[in-house]
Amino acid sequence: MSTLLAIVIGCLYAAGIYMMLRRSLFKLILGLVLLSHGANLLIFTVGGLTPGRPPVVSPGATEPITPYADPMPQALILTAIVIGFAVLAFSLALFHRAYQTFGSDDPDDLNVSDR
Amino acid sequence: MKDVLLVLPLLIPLTTAAVSLVAWRRTALQRVLAVFGTVALLGAGLALLAFVRRDGIIATQEGGWPAPYGITLVADLFSAIMVTLAGVVGLVVVLFSLASMDRGREAFGYYPLVHALLLGVCGAFLTGDLFNLYVWFEVMLMASFVLLVLGGERPQLHGGIKYVTLNLVSSAVFLAAVGILYGLTGTLNMADLARKLDGIEHTGTVTAVGMLFLVAFGIKAAVFPLFFWLPASYHTPPGAVSALFAGLLTKVGVYSLIRVFTLLFIGEVGFTHVLILVLSGLTMLTGVLGAIAQAEFRRVLSFLHIGQIGYMTMGLALAGLADSPPLAILALAGSIFYIAHHIASMTNLFLVSSVVRRLCGTFVLARQGGLYQSQPLLAVLFLIPALSLSGMPPLSGFFAKLSLVRAGLGAERYAIVAVALAVGLLTLFSMTTIWAESFWKPLPSDATASAGETSPLLLLPVVALAALTVAIGLGAEPVFALATAAAEQLLHREEYIRAVLGAPA
Repeated sequence: MSTLLAIVIGCLYAAGIYMMLRRSLFKLILGLVLLSHGANLLIFTVGGLTPGRPPVVSPGATEPITPYADPMPQALILTAIVIGFAVLAFSLALFHRAYQTFGSDDPDDLNVSDR
Repeated sequence: MKDVLLVLPLLIPLTTAAVSLVAWRRTALQRVLAVFGTVALLGAGLALLAFVRRDGIIATQEGGWPAPYGITLVADLFSAIMVTLAGVVGLVVVLFSLASMDRGREAFGYYPLVHALLLGVCGAFLTGDLFNLYVWFEVMLMASFVLLVLGGERPQLHGGIKYVTLNLVSSAVFLAAVGILYGLTGTLNMADLARKLDGIEHTGTVTAVGMLFLVAFGIKAAVFPLFFWLPASYHTPPGAVSALFAGLLTKVGVYSLIRVFTLLFIGEVGFTHVLILVLSGLTMLTGVLGAIAQAEFRRVLSFLHIGQIGYMTMGLALAGLADSPPLAILALAGSIFYIAHHIASMTNLFLVSSVVRRLCGTFVLARQGGLYQSQPLLAVLFLIPALSLSGMPPLSGFFAKLSLVRAGLGAERYAIVAVALAVGLLTLFSMTTIWAESFWKPLPSDATASAGETSPLLLLPVVALAALTVAIGLGAEPVFALATAAAEQLLHREEYIRAVLGAPA
């Protein structure tokens, strides 16, 4: 399972970086999205996969039965997803505004401040 | 008492941001709140600094869960100094904004955003947990994104896209590094990490994670070769925003670098810290050479700013490589002193550039001139931070560079010392170019004469920061003693770990 996920993460990173290098603002955003998904999945995988063992204390016991799935990486990912969502919403608005202002999706056509 | 002191630097900007948002339509009230909020933040920073200076490192667990499970806030001297400096920058920038910010930006939430930025910065300085550091970074970045593009002018949008993209890449790298570190150790509390990393077998993996952090924080700190977003964006927003960014944003990156490379990744200094040393040298050189090639006031300052970051990381690298503790303390104290000096002078130079823009109607150096004749006070106010940045005695920059150079000579790293001294000279050259263009030469005949005027409120923050620069220079001894104490705390990790986790079981 972790091997499969490792390959998926690798593909997400590769696709993300490829998309970011394309000559289009919209693809740049898609690249960023893929990159942040790759990072989230990476946390999930390196945090350790323990299928079918929820960290729940059964009635009468004081501790969950070891080994149990670590809930921490999922909490981290949840936070990262929420932050990523907010940042993505902002960048979409920004890039849309840039597209309206410059009338182009090509980063090179935006070059007014950096000569 | 210590719990309150640790929370206040977060609560004050949070409250002022929230109240300012509620008072959305009442700009006058927001302006008053902004001044009170930043004065209170500065006060809280000073109180924290005084407390930590007297009682040593303090820590508190929010929510009552014991470390390493709770949300740890911790302040050592370095954190307290940084929070105080954030208060200083916040206050002067708000005062400058009162006089210079246009009505449109004020009406669209300029002041709440400044408070939100200060909140993120102070949070990053005070947190004791790597994941919380990520979250505080995002708070700060979100506010900075909006501040940068607020107004929506064409250069702002263009600079904003580069800034947003590179910072998001940096955040993704940071997040991946945090995840791998958690997988290795099962904790993200920095004190707990420091303990667990000592006993870990996979030193290669740990170093690789350290490199991921170097890339992530290196982008934020604008270290060579990751600085491209800075000169592409810092010259686009209004002057007050540029000054706020120049004062604080990159310093959060440098702070994080110093924190993780003194507390966590000290296992293979022969690799990591040598790399940081090489990068420092290249950062100084590319920054200052880039500055010489520029012809626009704020772009010159942006590149100089990058060059200066190299000095701060140079102290960090030398501290890891030094073979004797006193030398390591001298190097790190030099870094901390440099940060304080840099915040005062760089923020001030950006403010001066904004005043010059107001008088001449442009940031382009060739179209400015005659200011020495018409504004002698402003000329002096430019010279103080400019000469300080180049390292002229008796101003603050001289003592900052002196301690770094002494540490470099002591560690027998002569190449970096040569680079540091040469870059100081080239910085002076770059400053004299600005002096000759904006102040010394007569106003070009085709230029529009005096587009605006200065006001006492506009010059007050500039005077205050210039006074701070002179004060740090003339009173270098007590300031340096404080920096030395902070460096000692950073290098004696046990103190930090004990403050957060309690005595080892």
